[in-house]
Amino acid sequence: MSRTQDAIVVGGGLVGTAIAYGLQKRGLSTVLLDEGDVAHRASRGNFGLVWVQTKGLGAPHYQRWTRGSAAAWPGLAEDLSARTGIGTGLHQPGGLHLCLSEDELERRAATMARMQREAGNFGFEYRMLTHSEVAERMPGIGRSVVGASWTPYDGHASPLHLLRALHTAFREAGGLYLPNAGVAEGTAAPHDFSVEAGGQRHHAPRIVLAAGLGNAALAPLFGLAAPVRPERGQILVTERTRPLLPMPTTTIRQTGEGSVMIGDSKEEAGFDTQTQTPEIMRAMARRAVLSFPWIAELNIVRAWSALRVMAPDGLPIYDQAERFPGAFTANCHSGVTLAGAHAEILAPMIVAGELPAEMAPFSARRFEHVRNAA
Amino acid sequence: MFATRPEARPASVEVFVEDRPVMVPEGASAAAAVLLAGIPAIRETPVSGAPRLPYCMMGVCFDCLAEIDGVANRQACMVMVTPGMRIAPQRGARQARPGLAGKGA
Repeated sequence: MSRTQDAIVVGGGLVGTAIAYGLQKRGLSTVLLDEGDVAHRASRGNFGLVWVQTKGLGAPHYQRWTRGSAAAWPGLAEDLSARTGIGTGLHQPGGLHLCLSEDELERRAATMARMQREAGNFGFEYRMLTHSEVAERMPGIGRSVVGASWTPYDGHASPLHLLRALHTAFREAGGLYLPNAGVAEGTAAPHDFSVEAGGQRHHAPRIVLAAGLGNAALAPLFGLAAPVRPERGQILVTERTRPLLPMPTTTIRQTGEGSVMIGDSKEEAGFDTQTQTPEIMRAMARRAVLSFPWIAELNIVRAWSALRVMAPDGLPIYDQAERFPGAFTANCHSGVTLAGAHAEILAPMIVAGELPAEMAPFSARRFEHVRNAA
Repeated sequence: MFATRPEARPASVEVFVEDRPVMVPEGASAAAAVLLAGIPAIRETPVSGAPRLPYCMMGVCFDCLAEIDGVANRQACMVMVTPGMRIAPQRGARQARPGLAGKGA
């Protein structure tokens, strides 16, 4: 059996679904191909920050892109809620990056000053807070908290509710979602693509690769490159407690339901998501308790790990194939933060058929000189 | 709805469920004490406030959450009784205690 659509999106996680929804609601009939539960499913393991302040040091285009997404989020959340009745738990009260030593605080202040310089006329509002200024904003901070950086742009949301809302909105807008439809092979010609997935052949003049770590193998089939690798992150979750934290920090947030989430790790562990490393869990818990000593009394009820989708320089890759106009790729490790941009900024570019010049810094061509040099 | 087994062991340990004394056999769980006390609910769910009693008795359903000897959110079916144990209802989500900040770290 063979189907023709306006667009094929490969990948049913947060990135693919946000893009597919953005295309479908702008009138492109879109098929969303989702591999199934054998996939790595980064979108089921998110921490849930809509986070700006640590993004884009030395890469002001990434800072702008992230800010654009945070700004697009309220509209997306309202739109999804109106169409599906599903709340995404978006809360953007600003956020803190806590520093647990003078040295950390100094380095943080230097980073924030540099971010502001690099932002130029676009601006970057932030403040460095002392221990007592943090104590005025957050309950029960530890003596180890020397200070913090604050920006008004940060927030958080429920990643699972977001994923469900995007899927529901996509299908209600007329999009075709196909699970158990991993893409094994495809053909590419300008504005003419086909893939075999789930026992069907799909044709479309546009294709968007948003398959997370799967993009590395898929991209070359369509004249693209997506040199992404897994970076493992671990998360600890406490029992629910009554609302206490008025805003998220880079590594600690309280969900709308009351759980305190602790996410503070980066590891090179290949594709292994089964192992939890006790030393890392201990280090995460220790930092959390130094930040908020009252967390020590709470029971940990869940822990998991998931794989971030990392490019060699840690920045997203958005690209279009030179040889095959109509083929696009999207790769990032911030599916929650960037959902606003993917649905409301990137999708319209793909509808228009071309990524504009301001997206050029995100192209995978930035890695070519590395490959040539190697 | 709830009855002890016919060959019940002697109730020799005194515990307090919602401050009322209850005698239970040695080795029984705190959840068993809750059922023996005959109260209508031991917890209220954090989201809707629905009343709950112990159900699975094997550590799975979390419907027996209680405050035991001052520690919130314990699974009563996983805790063995000790003389004088105080078992109080878990009403909604636990309240964290940010006042601890002064002591720690």
